[in-house]
Amino acid sequence: MAWANQDKTAIVGIGATDYYVRGQSYPRTVYDMACEAILKACEDAGISIKQIDGFAYYSGAGAGYTGKLDSGTFMEMLGMPHISYSATLTSGGGGSVGSIGLATAGLMNEDCTYCVSLMTLQQLPGARLGTVFGKMSTDPENSFLQPSGLVGPGHLMSVLARRHMHLYGTTQDAFGEVAMATRANTWNRPKAVRKKALTKEEYDASPMLADPLRRLDFCLETDGAVAVITTTSDRAKDCRQKPAYVHAAAHGGRREWGRAFTWYGMPDPYFASSGHEFTANRVWDQSGLTAKDIDVALLYDHFTPMVLMQLEDYGFCERGEGNDYVLSGKLRYDAATGKGVNGGTPVNTHGGNLNEAYIIGMTHVVEAVEQVRGNAISQVKDCEFALATGGPASLPVSSLILRSA
Amino acid sequence: MSEAIKYGPAKLLPGDQLHITASADTEPFWEAAREQRLTACQCADCGHFRMPPTPVCPECSSFRKAWPTLPGTGTVFSFAICNRNPVTGEPYVYVPVVVDLDGAPGARLISNVTGCDADDVEIGMKVSVEWTPINEGWILPNFRKV
Repeated sequence: MAWANQDKTAIVGIGATDYYVRGQSYPRTVYDMACEAILKACEDAGISIKQIDGFAYYSGAGAGYTGKLDSGTFMEMLGMPHISYSATLTSGGGGSVGSIGLATAGLMNEDCTYCVSLMTLQQLPGARLGTVFGKMSTDPENSFLQPSGLVGPGHLMSVLARRHMHLYGTTQDAFGEVAMATRANTWNRPKAVRKKALTKEEYDASPMLADPLRRLDFCLETDGAVAVITTTSDRAKDCRQKPAYVHAAAHGGRREWGRAFTWYGMPDPYFASSGHEFTANRVWDQSGLTAKDIDVALLYDHFTPMVLMQLEDYGFCERGEGNDYVLSGKLRYDAATGKGVNGGTPVNTHGGNLNEAYIIGMTHVVEAVEQVRGNAISQVKDCEFALATGGPASLPVSSLILRSA
Repeated sequence: MSEAIKYGPAKLLPGDQLHITASADTEPFWEAAREQRLTACQCADCGHFRMPPTPVCPECSSFRKAWPTLPGTGTVFSFAICNRNPVTGEPYVYVPVVVDLDGAPGARLISNVTGCDADDVEIGMKVSVEWTPINEGWILPNFRKV
């Protein structure tokens, strides 16, 4: 059944800072970068900062995984006269695109009129996401994980990738193709961190950090901020840009996924998955669409195998067939035709977390907006529906479909 | 395909760099480990196993727990091969494993495996518990290839 709020809200403003290699945003601060992104998003939307009256965060309103964002602080800094909505999704990056659903909840409840979702992060020494699990102080829960020496997100993810390889014969070649196919989309992006075309030889020579994962299977570690503004579709008509309608939005997941790779209790087939099947099915039910209807897929890509597993969870291919789907070139974007390759759906036309920048998933929302507006750098021809995802991570993970106006 | 890497012996992480803390929910597990007895949290009413130990049975909502002595054997469900000591950053080959515990269906432990080369660890491999003293007098269950 169609979602009651389908196309009732729209993303109308996007703003981002430059993207910096880890630590290089210093001496800027997380709030400095966040304020720049918010003000740029207001300018993009053609509204005043004084019209912003809502915040819909994710990752527990975190700035990265070590800092916190606070609405009162933003009001003080930006001169916002009042707010009437201030909410966050729990857990981590899995909620990134779900923050747009949270914004929709506030807008449809008439709590707010223009709602900001954002991420800002700065990874100074001591605040590296790549070592965050290892640096956490010991607690009764992580005492069942930390002593194993699985201290980084890449370590954690490699154990899932290994199980997928065991069950389905998935190869490291497919992980390499995820990195190469999405790298091919950044050569002409001024802000992208990794722009040089990636060869298979370079991928194979990349150091093995957590076998079966190489350094180039890991996403970037970057600093920066991204903000987007969601409003009601009625108000969107008066904004500067073409609205990007929120066609479907979901967050959550199943108990079998739960705390995921900080738990490892997932039964098959959930263990070797992205944990997205539940929210995937929700957005398909909300929209009546299937993977075949999606023109571009902006899949959260902290690690290459998790892109492959999302392709399975969303039904771009059958479970266990991700390897062959990826290796047949179906992630690639063909600039000559503006379409996919070999009948596939282009994935991460912005280069993703692996190649452009890792702002904990918010760059995927920006690219989804630009694609349905029709002004993306690597524009998919006649792009009507863009899928963006958040996670895999501990629940909630999230799914978002934007529709062109 | 790239050339296969040769890792050599899978080592356990040094006990003197490992710490745990316990809560009322988890302490019976660690107290048993201190006696070199492998247990898992079991519902005293419906028999469902759960790990890590938690206050309530997710199947029947009972707060009553049992801590049966398990055979101390299990099967590798998945693993990674790591090559740097996470504390010192020095080259160090260790293999974090997720182990399905015999006698406790659904319960898993995450630790290290030794007794073979890292290159030879496989999903489905049988292992038995190996006790490693760690800080503050606690003892950690690791595993050895059977």
